[in-house]
Amino acid sequence: RMGCWILNEKLSVLLLLVWLGLNLYLFIDTFHWYEDDNAYIYTRIMLGSTLAWARASATCLNFNCMLILLPVCRNLISFLKGASIYCGGALRRQLDKNITFHKMVAYGIALNATVHIIAHLINIERYHSSQSKEAGELRNKLSGLGKSPNESYLNPIRTYETNTAGEVLTTIAGITGVVITVALILIMTSSTELIRRSCYEVFWYTHHLFVVFFTGLIIHGMGQLVRGQTPQSLLLHNVTYCKDHYWEWENATQCPLPQFSGNKPVAWKWVLSPMVLYICERTVRFWRFQQEVIITKVVTHSSGVLELHMKKHGFKMGAGQYIFLQCPSVSQLEWHPFTLTSAPEEEYFSVHIRVVGDWTAALFKAFGAEEKAFKELWMLPRLAVDGPYGSATTDIFRYQVSVCIAAGIGVTPFASVLKSIWYKCCNPNTVLALQKVYFYWICRDPSAFEWFADLLFHLETKMAEKWKNDFLSYHIFLTGWDESQATHIALHRDDKMDVITGLRQKTCYGRPNWDNEFKQLAENHPSNSIGVFFCGPKALSKILQKTCNSYSSVDPRGVQFHYNKESF
Amino acid sequence: MGQIEWAMWANEQALAAGLILLTGGIVAVAGQFKGWYFAAYSIAAGVLVCLLEYPRSRRKKGSTMERCGQKYLTAVVKLLGPLTRNYYIRAILHAALAVPAGFLLSTILGTVCLGIASGIYLLAAVRGEEWRPIEQKPRERPQVGGTIKQPPSNPPPRPPTDARKKQPEVGGQENPIPVEVE
Repeated sequence: RMGCWILNEKLSVLLLLVWLGLNLYLFIDTFHWYEDDNAYIYTRIMLGSTLAWARASATCLNFNCMLILLPVCRNLISFLKGASIYCGGALRRQLDKNITFHKMVAYGIALNATVHIIAHLINIERYHSSQSKEAGELRNKLSGLGKSPNESYLNPIRTYETNTAGEVLTTIAGITGVVITVALILIMTSSTELIRRSCYEVFWYTHHLFVVFFTGLIIHGMGQLVRGQTPQSLLLHNVTYCKDHYWEWENATQCPLPQFSGNKPVAWKWVLSPMVLYICERTVRFWRFQQEVIITKVVTHSSGVLELHMKKHGFKMGAGQYIFLQCPSVSQLEWHPFTLTSAPEEEYFSVHIRVVGDWTAALFKAFGAEEKAFKELWMLPRLAVDGPYGSATTDIFRYQVSVCIAAGIGVTPFASVLKSIWYKCCNPNTVLALQKVYFYWICRDPSAFEWFADLLFHLETKMAEKWKNDFLSYHIFLTGWDESQATHIALHRDDKMDVITGLRQKTCYGRPNWDNEFKQLAENHPSNSIGVFFCGPKALSKILQKTCNSYSSVDPRGVQFHYNKESF
Repeated sequence: MGQIEWAMWANEQALAAGLILLTGGIVAVAGQFKGWYFAAYSIAAGVLVCLLEYPRSRRKKGSTMERCGQKYLTAVVKLLGPLTRNYYIRAILHAALAVPAGFLLSTILGTVCLGIASGIYLLAAVRGEEWRPIEQKPRERPQVGGTIKQPPSNPPPRPPTDARKKQPEVGGQENPIPVEVE
């Protein structure tokens, strides 16, 4: 089992190990530098090993802050996915895990920030106590440096009779440190699962504190509070001898007073390039926002679903991709993701929007879906479209056998895919690698997705016309029903068509037994690599991923299930 | 932005602030920093805040994700009645708890975070939110299940009784050997 898991997840594991390894390397390397370098001997005498701890965690912080912006550049990810088209599915699947990576890096930042802050708290205290009589003569002497104009100081806390809190908060490093930590904490507390799910706006707006965070991060090092001996001073002042003969300083020729200077700020070197990339990203988004979108058709479906058909110049989509929509008359700032429900072969693109929250309800109203009266197309509010962005489902056509599993609303990305399959089947010029599609839909209440059942019905009839009945095999699982429905279903048990969906394939009741289903799939296709595509809740995703791994053969020529998750 | 429950964020923020106060306090006490008695206070305040904030409030609508094992603390927090239910009181309490920790560098971060949490709680209170315990619903299923000893032979959805009657008849017709009923 462990072997299978590693085989299927090897790239993720590799990436994780590389990331951890780089962090560890940077940490240990910086740690050794500050523990061993001669320039910091006097700083170490004053601060001890917390100097190295603070500096090593700072390097890791810089590294992680460099990485954190990359996975959220969706245009970049989408570009890389397009570029990696010939590198096989594993890399592309990895690019779909961008948000997981973003979170992982965020945890790295939190951990390193904790270490960095604690180490510096101890450093400040040691700086402060070095000014007291008990600190010993060498530390006292070092702290006293910098009183006359031709000396440079080592200890930023100048007297013992002072409040360190006030002292530190008036320095650049101190105040920016507090500000960026608070920004980081606010970002983190507002992005827990609960807040993301229930108050998306809070999460979304608070995340923009990242501007404060990055600005502060760049300024933070400019205070140059941590100081070491200058290289010139190192040449004149023989540290190894002089540190034990501090009473001879200034008098002996080999021991002039040591000179100190602050470390040059380096954070900007780390974060500059990802920041430029991110600014480009936002520029592209803004430019997309300015582009004109023509709404060609508005359909209101029962149970609160709004279907919008749109056209936009130069818009090229792939099956299963998604777009971000923004409606200035509803909200000036909010962009919301929606899966495209049209096929790439169609000349328009469409989305189905279900009323679930404030924004969708407002949009529904703005499009006059509640009024009976016909609304002229030019009277409709303006929409801005960003996208399309790639998603895992685009890879369906790369496998010979694909298994699409949707739960509830998760069915939307597959609408486009199924439509596209149909178009590709019809077109004799396209050579389709895909030979068989299994489609599973687990749904509590299919009446909420009537439009999808309609689509399935449409497809089924067309497939039947073309004698392609065995190409698509679909299984619908209904998990919710009441007494009267049950009666109704049972009465029509022997009908040719299913009573709920009107389809040839009968609806199953209850949840599917994945072990049985996968065993069957593995038996049907003993030597294929099968793409499994899922869109739905996390709990089921974990089960499916496990099942995929456990039914994949250890033999690379045997059946392989490649799990792809759609996140939304 | 009409439906945001600010208290949910305030709760996360206050819990984080409690942990930060606690950590800052432990660092200062362990290192015997100058003025470490403020840190000793921060440890106590941090623990108090964490205990108070650990149990999540029930949401106005929809289900609430409980924190692991929060039901024991929910019972305790519920006992304090209006003291813990009212978010105005909570906002004032947090603001007051935060102040003494502000005198020490190690716990300043905790003070700022707790202050922000207090502010969000105030906003929640102004919008009429209050803390409500998540109560375990009395489970009905085990009671029903208790009376059923055998799994159903004909699992749902079952054909109604008239449809069920028909089936043996169909079987009977195809049976070449005549079956006598009783």
